[in-house]
Amino acid sequence: MAVADTTHHHDHHHDHGEFIAHHFDNAEQQFDSGKLGIWIFLVTEVLFFSGLFVAYTLWRYHHPEIFQQAHVFLDKVLGGINTVVLLFSSLTMALAVRAAQMSNNRGTAFYTLVTMVCAAVFLGVKAIEYSHKWDQGILVRSLWAYTTDHHTAHGALAKQLGISDWLVTLSIIPAILLAVFIAASVIAMLMAKPIWSKFYAGLAITVGGYFLGALGGHIYMLNYEARAAAEAGHAQVAPLVLHADDKVATDHPTAAAHGVDHHHAGEHHDSHHPDPKSLDRDVGIFFSIYYCMTGLHAIHILGGIGFLSWIFFRSLKGHWRSDYFGPVEYVGLYWHLVDLIWIYLFPMLYLID
Amino acid sequence: MATAEVRHELFGHAEQKNYLNHSKGALSWLLTLDHKRIGIMYLIGVSAALIVAGIFALLLRTHLFYGDSSFLALKWLFGEASQFNSNKVYNQMFTLHGAIMVFSFIIPSVPAALGNMVLPMMLGAKDVAFPRMNLASFYLWVFGTGFLIVALMRGGLDTGWTFYTPYSIETDTGVVYATLGAFILGFSSIFTGINFLVTVNTMRAPGMGWFKMPLFLWALYSTAIIQVLATPVLGITLLLLIAERMLGIGIFDPRYGGDPVLFQHFFWFYSHPAVYIMILPAMGVISELISVHAQKRLFGYSFIAFSSVAIALLGFLVWGHHMFTSGQSVVVTLIFSAITFSVAIPSAVKVFNWLATLYKGSIALNTPMCYALSFIFLFGIGGLTGLFLATLSTDIHLHDTYFVVAHFHFVMVGGTLTAFLGGMFHWWPKFFGRMYNDFLGRVGCFLVFAGFNLTFFPQFVMGARGMPRRYASYDPEFQIFHQWSTIGAFVLGIGIVLSFVVLLHAVWYGRKVAGNPWGAASLEWQSSSPPSFHNFDHKPILHDPYDFDSMVYDKGLDTYVLREFMDPNQVPERVPVTH
Repeated sequence: MAVADTTHHHDHHHDHGEFIAHHFDNAEQQFDSGKLGIWIFLVTEVLFFSGLFVAYTLWRYHHPEIFQQAHVFLDKVLGGINTVVLLFSSLTMALAVRAAQMSNNRGTAFYTLVTMVCAAVFLGVKAIEYSHKWDQGILVRSLWAYTTDHHTAHGALAKQLGISDWLVTLSIIPAILLAVFIAASVIAMLMAKPIWSKFYAGLAITVGGYFLGALGGHIYMLNYEARAAAEAGHAQVAPLVLHADDKVATDHPTAAAHGVDHHHAGEHHDSHHPDPKSLDRDVGIFFSIYYCMTGLHAIHILGGIGFLSWIFFRSLKGHWRSDYFGPVEYVGLYWHLVDLIWIYLFPMLYLID
Repeated sequence: MATAEVRHELFGHAEQKNYLNHSKGALSWLLTLDHKRIGIMYLIGVSAALIVAGIFALLLRTHLFYGDSSFLALKWLFGEASQFNSNKVYNQMFTLHGAIMVFSFIIPSVPAALGNMVLPMMLGAKDVAFPRMNLASFYLWVFGTGFLIVALMRGGLDTGWTFYTPYSIETDTGVVYATLGAFILGFSSIFTGINFLVTVNTMRAPGMGWFKMPLFLWALYSTAIIQVLATPVLGITLLLLIAERMLGIGIFDPRYGGDPVLFQHFFWFYSHPAVYIMILPAMGVISELISVHAQKRLFGYSFIAFSSVAIALLGFLVWGHHMFTSGQSVVVTLIFSAITFSVAIPSAVKVFNWLATLYKGSIALNTPMCYALSFIFLFGIGGLTGLFLATLSTDIHLHDTYFVVAHFHFVMVGGTLTAFLGGMFHWWPKFFGRMYNDFLGRVGCFLVFAGFNLTFFPQFVMGARGMPRRYASYDPEFQIFHQWSTIGAFVLGIGIVLSFVVLLHAVWYGRKVAGNPWGAASLEWQSSSPPSFHNFDHKPILHDPYDFDSMVYDKGLDTYVLREFMDPNQVPERVPVTH
């Protein structure tokens, strides 16, 4: 086996054509080892999420009213869009694996890139969801500060463009990355390094996917707000009245005692914006669980984008052959698991009724 | 028959070309992918953790010499102006002693240090399946331990190594740093587990079926199963604790509708299997030590092999026995108690099999064998006292007393540390090509054994008499027990230090030995000492790893060689090498 050369890392065993690592007897042993290794890793991932599933189960069993009340804050359409996007990305990932198996490096690069873009679109939609909630004070249990003063997104930018400041904060890093990747791609092209140029271009396109998702989500939310306002019977939203003791007053002091209420004439409340007073004291726990589960999942999506970009790069370098495509398959398996976890999260969180 | 040159190349002492001098310079070690070097780096790391946490233990025991001590106000160190509150420092000291010992020493010790060095060679392989992940495991260990040290400096830690809520949510010590450290160390453990599982599955030498493997590999494999299944649950538990502290998510905090006992369930769901991570590889080492140094085939191979797997699996079903007094239901308590009894059975099976192996064996009372015998005695007591704790009626009385402390030290120190030391003395000549001073090694073993018993046996007595654990002060009725215990702790410390000195001295000044001084038959001994970079210059010949007749003593090399390679002019005999 080899001592690591300080100059290269995992690519070191590629005298072109020979991808077997030195400690393996043959390619089959290497492939079988990698396969078994990634499957065991996926088992650890399932167990890692299991704590959250257990927490969900316990709280849902013991406090069903919290779940009944809280899930209305989640938008099924946005969640549904994300589900479709991830399912589609699993398809493109499978196609990428197939392309690698057929020594089609261009195909692998293409499908891998599409997968990365889908992942970024997912994150963009999530950014819209999260920032919208944070505007409304929908946070974890101890920070729960839900208010129906939601039409006023915070900050100057918000007033002008209807964009939440939270969304801007979330989008700073993607914006920087976009600029950096575009610049890097151009520089690499000028330095006559076409593969690196394509690589950075691919990364830039991926980040573009984030903005695409955010844009789509934003347009949806604008339309949604308009519809919601129309539903609730207001042409435009009236400002809320603040009493001297800083409690938010509603037109009807005792909102419907049965939690989620439908349109009440004269109120700002609708099915997605219930009266804060009507909610259980611990309703924020639903969102503790929601943010932990979707947050951990989003971290895994980010990690997945990282692994996919590595596959993308190696595809551009033409590494894959019909007798060597293991890493594509391993990353594919990881990606399918990330998708599968979302398939569980979506109905568990979004489709409660 | 082979020539003397071939015999020397295969089984001799390799002064010129071995994995230690294969490449030079710090980077060649820090960036190595060689499992043997990684194992040595782990060895250095975990030994350092042992020393640090051991010093904490000595400070604790010194404090506890008197029942009303303020020793840990540290005025003897920092002068009269010392601002430390002795009792608060006490809390920090026992917490960090536990956390560093559990996460940075005991869990990695046998699998990551000894296992890394030995496993691939026992399989006849050139390395583990994923050498880069192996190196990553090591660096994760370094970073994780680093975070624990940072926690020491950022407010310390006073929650106990178990981080129980709600105190761990409220205390303003470095809980987040420590839990991050434990989280990272968990990944180190998981990666090692994945590596070992895959290596044993796919890289066994051709012809080595599952039941032809040495039992140390069965033990490491079972351990790896636990590492892979249990550690992620600890990971999410610690993340949730961090989220509770930093964001107040309300899962464990009763102020926000959370359940503090839920933390205990999550925590022990990992931490109970974790103790089997600690003991299983140690038992694997003992299997090797007993058979080799009694030169007798291991009795009941299948039973020992299956018992390792049984312990690994049953270990997941007993976590509630740490929580008998937490308010869980009687039904659940009875179930946990019953299953805990059943998990003792496979361990007992092993002990009986080892004893049967010793019977009529040709026992060499060298240092490794002394440690192995020590293990059987000490682990026996430790395991049996676990039954008192598994029984609900007695546990109500003994929970959170020194009885528990004594029990787990008997199994972790009397068990795992003893086997770890024994394993080092056993494989040291292989990996360094040097023999240590066996007399001093046995002195060290005796000091460890005597010191350990003096430290912890009194703790059973005072625990049964009601002395609570984690208390910085105590009533005069317990004083004599604490004093014996403190003296014993220093004897134990001296024994451990002496053992390390003996081993280290041997690396540079020990008598040079060749490939197989013990007459062992597993594949790692079919190589030069120290082994070459690639482990085997010639493919090892598969034999039953417990067929000691396959090895004969070669006078020329003063070592055991394969019968196929023996010098035809010699009469094959089995002569014990100088002890």
